[in-house]
Amino acid sequence: MIRTPLRPLARILDAREKGENPDAIERENKRIRHEQMRDKARMRAEGRLLVLGVCFLCAFTVIGGRMGLLAMSEPSEPRGHAPGAVISASRADITDRNGNLLATNFETHALYAQPRHMIDPEAAAKKLVKIFPDLKEERLIKDFTGKRKFLWIKKKISPEQMQAVHDIGDPGLLFAPRDMRLYPNGSLAAHVLGGASYGKEGVHAAEVIGVAGAEKYFDDYLRDPANGAKPLELSLDLTVQAASERVLYGGMKLMNAKGATSILMDVHTGEVISVASLPDFDPNNRPRPLTQGDASDSPLFNRSVQGVYELGSTFKIFAAAQAIELGLFNADTIIDTSGPMKVGGFRIGEFRNKNYGKLSVADIIVHSSNRGTGRMALEIGIERQQEFLKSLGFFEPTPFEIVEASGGKPLLPSRWTELSSVTISYGHGLSSTPMHLAAGYAAIANGGRVVKPTLLKQTAPQLGPRVMSEETAAQARNMLRKVVTDGTASFAEVPGYQIAGKTGTADKPKPTGGYYEDKVINTFASIFPIDNPKYVLIVTLDEPVETSGPKPRRTAGWTAVPVAAEMVRRIAPLLGLRPAVEPVNDAVLTLTSSN
Amino acid sequence: MRTVMYILTTIAVVGLAFWAYRENYATQQALSDADRLHANIRAAHARLAVLRAEWAFQNRPDRLRDLADLNFDRLGLLPLHPGQFGQVDQVTYPPAPMLPITDPVDVSTMNYDALTGADESEEDFE
Repeated sequence: MIRTPLRPLARILDAREKGENPDAIERENKRIRHEQMRDKARMRAEGRLLVLGVCFLCAFTVIGGRMGLLAMSEPSEPRGHAPGAVISASRADITDRNGNLLATNFETHALYAQPRHMIDPEAAAKKLVKIFPDLKEERLIKDFTGKRKFLWIKKKISPEQMQAVHDIGDPGLLFAPRDMRLYPNGSLAAHVLGGASYGKEGVHAAEVIGVAGAEKYFDDYLRDPANGAKPLELSLDLTVQAASERVLYGGMKLMNAKGATSILMDVHTGEVISVASLPDFDPNNRPRPLTQGDASDSPLFNRSVQGVYELGSTFKIFAAAQAIELGLFNADTIIDTSGPMKVGGFRIGEFRNKNYGKLSVADIIVHSSNRGTGRMALEIGIERQQEFLKSLGFFEPTPFEIVEASGGKPLLPSRWTELSSVTISYGHGLSSTPMHLAAGYAAIANGGRVVKPTLLKQTAPQLGPRVMSEETAAQARNMLRKVVTDGTASFAEVPGYQIAGKTGTADKPKPTGGYYEDKVINTFASIFPIDNPKYVLIVTLDEPVETSGPKPRRTAGWTAVPVAAEMVRRIAPLLGLRPAVEPVNDAVLTLTSSN
Repeated sequence: MRTVMYILTTIAVVGLAFWAYRENYATQQALSDADRLHANIRAAHARLAVLRAEWAFQNRPDRLRDLADLNFDRLGLLPLHPGQFGQVDQVTYPPAPMLPITDPVDVSTMNYDALTGADESEEDFE
């Protein structure tokens, strides 16, 4: 670049000659130079601004483009993630206490149709009916040729059926993957498990929801993916459950009963080892609930927690135990049970109008004297009786973890008069479920602490609030043992397993009021083995009648007790209980010698 | 000096570009391997679930009871009975372990020397 001098000599000399001020030339040149410098600086700045602008434009274009792409594209899992916590999409399994499967999932398919894509709807409908005979051909043709764009045909199909539908070869017939809830043991523990069904259904998946029993109660746990498919461990024992259901079924048929229920409960932990209610159903194919008639006629009805019954004389031990606990009586106190006894204008009678005369408290339990327990109840008083029964849980539904349990609310008298107090002492006027009774007997069996029946496997005994002392509980157990050795439950004598228990025979109330003459609920509440009580077993039969004698027999001693005894004989070895006395070795011994 | 810098920079750029190219394909390969493995694991889980369900179904108490009844002639299986509990002293002791052999006699080659000639053995002794 040629630098123009500020004072070019030629022009200066020229200006001097003309008498002009040469400084003007310099100023002029300076001005021009400054203008050039300014233009240059402006050019540079503008260039920089342009570059910066282009950079910003590019950056924003990239960001905008990326945002657009993200917004438009389908979301996808990050591909390169490290495996972290296990997340499972499927519903968690349910197992028994030993890890045997009670409920699991099975991959299957649902069949749906898109009639727009169908080539020959009528032929397809005809072939579909051949595969699924329960479908109606006319209905299918109507759906396929009508305006519908989408319809479900079958919710669950087997792989063979799927192949057969594939072979039809119609592009409008499509399959949707499904998780199906499977109960491999069929009707075993049906009432506890309940059943499952589909909630929201889509083409790619459907949610499986519990509809009853533990499936519904623990629905949130079972569906929570964060549990990583960790199975739900129940307190049930599959083998014991199967054996008790089998014995109960046999007993129900033998005693001509309409229904039956049994509960086996650990008295320390409150774990329910087996709970059966008959008739039962297959949770894989859950029947529809009854829309009319008596709900208890449905196989879905769970007698163990929904059956609210007057449980009869099994309640007598609570009155006796409380009377002893309060120090009003001891097991040997003599009470006059002779009649007549009138409370609130009603005559209190005995079974078959017997008159036992003067009996000790223990004998009142052994002979099941209504008047005897009534007298004890009068001594105890209304408030203390209420308080005691409330502490044993007879006022609220049991906390057993299936949804049906909350429906088993005990029926209490609207006004708790002296008469109610007396009748409740021998098990009438207060209706509760067999599960309540199991919890009540467990408190006597474990030495006086309240336990809540639970369906979940426990690791430690529940140390609930104490309702009676160890000594009272031991005295009550002795009385219950005497019922078996000398009293109404003589059939409960199982060699090797000392059982203690109390029978209860209660007339069934008519829906119209009053009681049936020939319909009873028979209950046997038992504790075994009595020297170290571990289990409570409740067996209840609905309308049993034993017909081996000349007259039909309807007392619990003839119906529920033999069933309970057989059940103990079958399940005690399964529970790992050794018989207490040396069993007779009936195997033939052969002496052999190796010499 | 500047030329050397330029050359080195160019070589570095080419080298890095080549490395990035390789890494890109290696990453994609690893990702698709991982995808395949994940799919395999999913399939194995599904298979396992089916097998577990099948096992539970085949071992359901009803079926086992029916099988025990069907095969009663051969197996004679009966429900567990209280009388089947025994005493510890009814269990036989396991057979005593054999005493250690401190002076083994080699039976298999006992007559070997006799058969092949005793002369050599005599020589050995001298």
